Amino acid sequence: MLDGRSMVRRRAGARLWLSAGWLGLLCVIAVFAPWIAPKDPLAQDLFLGRLPPFWVAGAEPGYLLGTDSLGRDVLSRILYGVRVALSVALVAGTITCIVGATLGLMAGFLRGWVDLVISRFIDIWMAFPPVLFSILLIAVLGPGLFSIILAIVVIDWTRFARVVRAEAMAQGAMDYVASARVAGRGRLGTMVREILPNVLPTIVVLLTLEMGIAVIVEAILSFVNLSIATDDPTWGGMIAEGRTSVHQAWWVLVFPLVTLFLTVLAFSQLGEGLKDRFDPVLR
Amino acid sequence: MSFLSIRELSVRLKGGPPLLRRVSLDVAAGEVRGLVGESGAGKSMIGKAVLGILPGSVEVTGGEIRLDGVDLLALPPAERRRRIGATAALIPQDPLTALNPSRRIGGQITDRLVDILGWERGRAEARARELLAEVQIPEPERVLRNYPHELSGGMRQRILIASAFAAEPKLIVADEPTTALDVTVQKQILKLIAGMQARHGTALLFVTHDLGVVSKVCQSLSVLYAGMVVEDARVRDFFAAPKHAYSAALLAATPKYTDPMASLTPVPDAVIEAVRAEVAAADRGGHG
Repeated sequence: MLDGRSMVRRRAGARLWLSAGWLGLLCVIAVFAPWIAPKDPLAQDLFLGRLPPFWVAGAEPGYLLGTDSLGRDVLSRILYGVRVALSVALVAGTITCIVGATLGLMAGFLRGWVDLVISRFIDIWMAFPPVLFSILLIAVLGPGLFSIILAIVVIDWTRFARVVRAEAMAQGAMDYVASARVAGRGRLGTMVREILPNVLPTIVVLLTLEMGIAVIVEAILSFVNLSIATDDPTWGGMIAEGRTSVHQAWWVLVFPLVTLFLTVLAFSQLGEGLKDRFDPVLR
Repeated sequence: MSFLSIRELSVRLKGGPPLLRRVSLDVAAGEVRGLVGESGAGKSMIGKAVLGILPGSVEVTGGEIRLDGVDLLALPPAERRRRIGATAALIPQDPLTALNPSRRIGGQITDRLVDILGWERGRAEARARELLAEVQIPEPERVLRNYPHELSGGMRQRILIASAFAAEPKLIVADEPTTALDVTVQKQILKLIAGMQARHGTALLFVTHDLGVVSKVCQSLSVLYAGMVVEDARVRDFFAAPKHAYSAALLAATPKYTDPMASLTPVPDAVIEAVRAEVAAADRGGHG
């Protein structure tokens, strides 16, 4: 009677290891940036402006990925840029997730007037154009790390709320919830101990996606110069600078762009990989 | 005195039509009562009302549900839940969705023992092992540590049955417990439920649309049409001579294994019309 179902063990797969590896590397870089970066990311040297990366003729040793028009080391700036990108991703992603998932879970499981209020609120909220809304928010709050994080939370919580609400509703209709209720479990207990664990895989995937989105939003705001002070290296700021001189020095644009791309990709793949690995239900 | 006594229970869709029309029925201690009727007749609704898990979209408009002499509908929600949890249990319809997929089997069986009856965890786990052995699950020790998706549908239904009997409830509502299973497993599960019921002396409210099942496991039955009880009889009397025209037609419509082609008789239109008129008359009587 016992069959092979309990023997199935899923392999983590390259997806999970590659994305987790890349993000782990970024974390190490963020913490140890001052020791890893070969140069001071702010030091300018106009005599060493627009040096190409090391494999191109005319490269200067010590400037592996070349320099920008002010002679700042591209590699060091990218490495320092990890700090802003990762802290925004982690903090903004987590807060957005907690706020959105809590409201979504309540709306989807408790239903009734709670659902009515939260759902209408989400609808109204989503009617605001997100980019204009975030620029407005930052204009009012003043640029800075805190404003960026707040803007992301305020705009993106609806993403979690809607998906988690739908998922909680689907789970709430299952017989195991009825069984738990018959067995004397209260509404709050049912929500936290029965529903939440089943919605968690969805939340984790959304969370990692959201972290990727947060990285992009931060880059966009840096690009339009609404992020932190202009001197400090951010990927978005580097991309904005590199864009102006792309015909003379493509490397100033391309390297931060590639880093940004890989990071966002890694976040989304991490979510998928985690889901494949840890979701107890084979789907 | 009967253990479960439902009197004049009326339930309706909020702001909509009635779903149960002044339903009365009794289940004596240790008795098995079948609840039959076509889809949408309100069979499951009665079970849900008894267990206090009616969906938010319906409301009780009158009547009482006495469990062990106490009217559940008059109790405050927390007290009602505690009382139901301590004396009643559910064997759900679909074993595939009736176990929480992200929790191990063990915890799902012992929850009630620990939370409601205040048992120690060790004692509850020993009890869970004992129950799994009773429903003939091999290697109960290992199954307790399994997740639901690691087990087959029949195994899961056995676990749900074990779980329902865990706290020695006085009443179990079985909501079409064999509908989602294939025919060969159905028979085993029915036998298992009947055996467990007899050993534990539990009263059983058996919701089904299969009169064949009723004849095998029940002592009495209620036939429902459009949320109204049209016949309430002992099983022996019913199968010998159903009193109501609708139940007679229902009985005649049951396929017989001996002659599968000839026996597909639908319930005649005249009978449906008559029973509908009866329901309408009852509705008018209820208002006037």
